[in-house]
Amino acid sequence: MGDTTAGLLTILTLVVVLALVHVPLGDYIAHTFTSERDLRAERLIYRLCGVSPRSQQRWTTYAVSLIAFSGVGVVVLFALCVLQPHLPLARGASMDVSTSFNTAISFVTNTNWQSSAGEAGASPVVQTLGLTIQNFVSAAVGLAVVVAVIRGLTRSESGTVGNFWVDLVRGTIRILLPLAVIGAIVLLAGGVIQDVAAPHVIQTLDGGRQTVQSGLVASQEAIKQVGTNGGGYFNANSAHPFENPNPFTNVVQILLMLVIPFSLPRAYGRLVGDRRQGYAVLGFMGVLWAAGIAVITWAEHASATNALGAMEGKEVRFGVWGSTIFAGSTTSTSTGAVNSLHESYSPLGGGGALTNMALGEISPGGVGSGLYGALIVAILAVFIAGLMVGRTPELLGKTIGRKEITYAALYTVVTPALVLVGTGAALALRTARSGLLASGPHGLTEMLYAYTSAANNNGSAFAGLTADQPYLNTTLAVAMAVGRFVPIIFVLALAGSFAAQRKRPHTDGTMPTHTPLFTGLMVGVALLVTGLTFLPALALGPLAEALS
Amino acid sequence: MASSSLTWRRQTIAAVRLLLVFTVLLGVAYPAAVWAVGRVGFHDQATGSLVRHDGRVVGSSLLGQQFTGPTWFHGRASASSYAGDTSGGTNLPESDPQLWKAATAMRKAAGSIGNRLPPDALTTSASGLDPDISPAYAALQAPQVAAARHLPVATVRHLVAQHTTGRTLGYLGEPRVDVLELNVALRALSETPQH
Repeated sequence: MGDTTAGLLTILTLVVVLALVHVPLGDYIAHTFTSERDLRAERLIYRLCGVSPRSQQRWTTYAVSLIAFSGVGVVVLFALCVLQPHLPLARGASMDVSTSFNTAISFVTNTNWQSSAGEAGASPVVQTLGLTIQNFVSAAVGLAVVVAVIRGLTRSESGTVGNFWVDLVRGTIRILLPLAVIGAIVLLAGGVIQDVAAPHVIQTLDGGRQTVQSGLVASQEAIKQVGTNGGGYFNANSAHPFENPNPFTNVVQILLMLVIPFSLPRAYGRLVGDRRQGYAVLGFMGVLWAAGIAVITWAEHASATNALGAMEGKEVRFGVWGSTIFAGSTTSTSTGAVNSLHESYSPLGGGGALTNMALGEISPGGVGSGLYGALIVAILAVFIAGLMVGRTPELLGKTIGRKEITYAALYTVVTPALVLVGTGAALALRTARSGLLASGPHGLTEMLYAYTSAANNNGSAFAGLTADQPYLNTTLAVAMAVGRFVPIIFVLALAGSFAAQRKRPHTDGTMPTHTPLFTGLMVGVALLVTGLTFLPALALGPLAEALS
Repeated sequence: MASSSLTWRRQTIAAVRLLLVFTVLLGVAYPAAVWAVGRVGFHDQATGSLVRHDGRVVGSSLLGQQFTGPTWFHGRASASSYAGDTSGGTNLPESDPQLWKAATAMRKAAGSIGNRLPPDALTTSASGLDPDISPAYAALQAPQVAAARHLPVATVRHLVAQHTTGRTLGYLGEPRVDVLELNVALRALSETPQH
């Protein structure tokens, strides 16, 4: 079988499995967040935490709970990272203060940018008691936010958007944990390690010595993918054979990172009582996802005609297709795990990965964050269309007034501002520039990639950049935190504002938001916004490199 | 506002408690449960798919190793010399002359087969631990290894064929040869004294 046929069949497999799974999973997600019943385990958790599950929160209280929970997460994880040499099983692992700060922000914001090398930076205690938990709850936070937004759209003249603690606990226990357990067992069967022994040194066949690593990898790997986190157990991430040993586990990992983001539109359709609304959003996400993979794959094949065959920084077992499908999916889902080195990609291949992130992680985006990002695009789309035809813009019976469009616009400018200002400032500073591996356009892309990845909470890297220095550690951490929580606050404010509105009845004059035409409009708006903000930077980086 | 600071305090207390509960559930119980499944059902995979020779562990079939000299099949070049504790690659783009210089050096080092080396033989992997090479690269090395070990070329080619894995399910991933497993089989077969 030829490479192209095999590659296309791999994509077809992903599409078929996702088509089959997104219906029951989407319905299940919708049920999870509307059910009146608590599981026994959940009731126990609410009692232990002093939470009353039936109380409803205004959007402001919802945001306070979310920020408090994330803040506590940062403090605890920071303490674990700094104190790890004094904790059991340290095995020489340590991080300085700026690296610890970066790591704590990184895992709490669902970015999982790794400034420290996995093997040397984080001990098993930090990996398991710190990073694994944030892998779950940072994703659950994303789910909670999108559910609050959907409640805003469905409630009429209501002061509340739900209960953050209930959404967080249900998302973790009913959705993420079962999927992680299934994923971990499949990966384990496929060859991913799950061991508590110490790393051991063996004598190789040729008489040399090699350290064979150990660790609770399968359990972390599953939630790393399902939660669109992306922080690897080892430095080489999903390229490391102990994380991703073969083509089977590779496809499983790709599926795991796509499954919740691509199921959420179905849940959205169910929750708003019109499944077609979900399919319009799904179409939008699917088109951009496929386009991203097409661009990256095409670029890598175009460069594979020379003697190196585009194999630098790629693994033989995955080849070009297995690497580019992963790369397209990891950058479009805000996962940021890598099974090949994006920095070694051709200029347009690496540029495609960068553009995927610059879109704002909406194709299909991270767990929860992808859908609320896409809904912002839908709001911009109805607003622009409304201006063009002179109608009051509305989405699902909610008017997009001055307040709503202000929140949506502010949401939209936060990450580009962080990326462009951050990249510009870093390139102007000698200390930051000293971290670059490459020079010229590729060097610019290296820095642009880092801030794009951080601000959009992706976490993948052009790993030639030595980011483990105080300036980059700190500013990238700020980009991650602001890029995560400021948009969340705007989107929750939007939810509060929608919930307070009376739901307008559907009339003949209402612009339909469930049609292929609307999907096309959303794609256009997303590309337009990204193009307007990022094209100059992309022209100086990947485009200039491709043309030279 | 007193009520707002009260909200913050109450929410923070709930946050601390919930994080503790989740630490037990997600940080301890979840990995332990998966570990137990591995222990019972997938012991070989869970412990790293170790390869033994003469009753001694000589490596993992998932991790590439450094092989030198003509008596072994060689894996790909590794940015970390196959060290197990510092995985990673070069991160160099093709626009970097270093990459091409390295490829030229690899051709030279490969001697007579240097001009026919496939891409995987001229590049480094992402992990620095790639256990595999392409069937083309293995086929190219077979005559040399056979000569160095005084084995018939056909025997070595047969061994390569035995250790060639096709695409999973016929279409996933790439055909490949696991170098460590091939070399273990080669050593078992060969009576050539080791260097």
